[in-house]
Amino acid sequence: MNTLVAALLAAEDPTVTHHWLLPETPEIIYGGLATVIVVAALVKFAGPFVKKGFVGRTERIQKELDDAASAKSKATDDAHGIRAALGDIASERARLLAEADAQAAAVLTEGRVRITQEVADLEAKAVADLAAARGRSTDELRSQIAMLAAYATPIVVAQTLTEQTKSELVESFINNVGASR
Amino acid sequence: MSNKKVEAYARALFEIAQAEGSLERVEDELFRVARAFESNDQLRTTLTDTTLPADRRQQVVEQLLGAKASATTVQLVTMLVTSGQVKELASIIDALVKRASTEKQQEVAEVRSAIPLSDDQQKRLAAALSKATGKALNLKVVVDPGVLGGLVAVVGDEVIDDTVRTRLEQLKTRI
Repeated sequence: MNTLVAALLAAEDPTVTHHWLLPETPEIIYGGLATVIVVAALVKFAGPFVKKGFVGRTERIQKELDDAASAKSKATDDAHGIRAALGDIASERARLLAEADAQAAAVLTEGRVRITQEVADLEAKAVADLAAARGRSTDELRSQIAMLAAYATPIVVAQTLTEQTKSELVESFINNVGASR
Repeated sequence: MSNKKVEAYARALFEIAQAEGSLERVEDELFRVARAFESNDQLRTTLTDTTLPADRRQQVVEQLLGAKASATTVQLVTMLVTSGQVKELASIIDALVKRASTEKQQEVAEVRSAIPLSDDQQKRLAAALSKATGKALNLKVVVDPGVLGGLVAVVGDEVIDDTVRTRLEQLKTRI
């Protein structure tokens, strides 16, 4: 009885609780119901917004992930392209060097051939010039001899032709012409 | 001078010589005068010099031909010189000789020789050339020391050349 009385007294006394940790049962019931109602209201009214926010965030993150993946892929492609370009540059450089070497070799060969030909031509020309000069000298000498002979012969012949010879030549002409037909 | 004028003068000379009865001699003498005129530069220059008075040129002709040619020949040459036709003297005389030859049904045979030919040589030469060419010939001999020796005969377009000069020319060409 005393205990009950104490309990009643305690219930009547707001400063005294029945348990130092647990609330009163009605409070638990009311509090629990209120909590359920608040949670239900939150789930019903705020849930879609929260869910939508989560979905948007997920999409945004996914998009960022996709963009990152795309950027990574592009960067990889660029890296491949740059590596390929580097390879091309190297091969182009090698090709140009090879071409330059080939051209240099061709020019050198051609130059050697040309110089050899020019030397041969010059030699041939020198030989021909020498021959021509020799020929000219011979011709000039021959011409001078011929000129002197041509000049001297009529004089010598005229001096050696006597009247007797001239008369014989006339007779010879008459006889030859008369005997010709 | 035109051919017509040359022919006219040639015909006039021919008729004068024929009328004088000395055609053959005059023709022969004129032929020699023509050749001398052609070959002698000094004679040609003197006779064609119009600054000389006509009587002076006439005097030259008379001095040159007076004792050697007939009076008709001298007169005919003098006429050509004084009438200003001396430049065509050779052409006129050649036309005259051609006319005279045609009259005799002969063709002119011009023969150049280094020495004068005797009458006998000329006769034999004319006969030989006639035989060779098959034509009756009016032989005209020109003494031309330039041929050196031998003879050259020209009958129309035909040339028979056996001169020392030509042989020397051939020798010169060959050299």
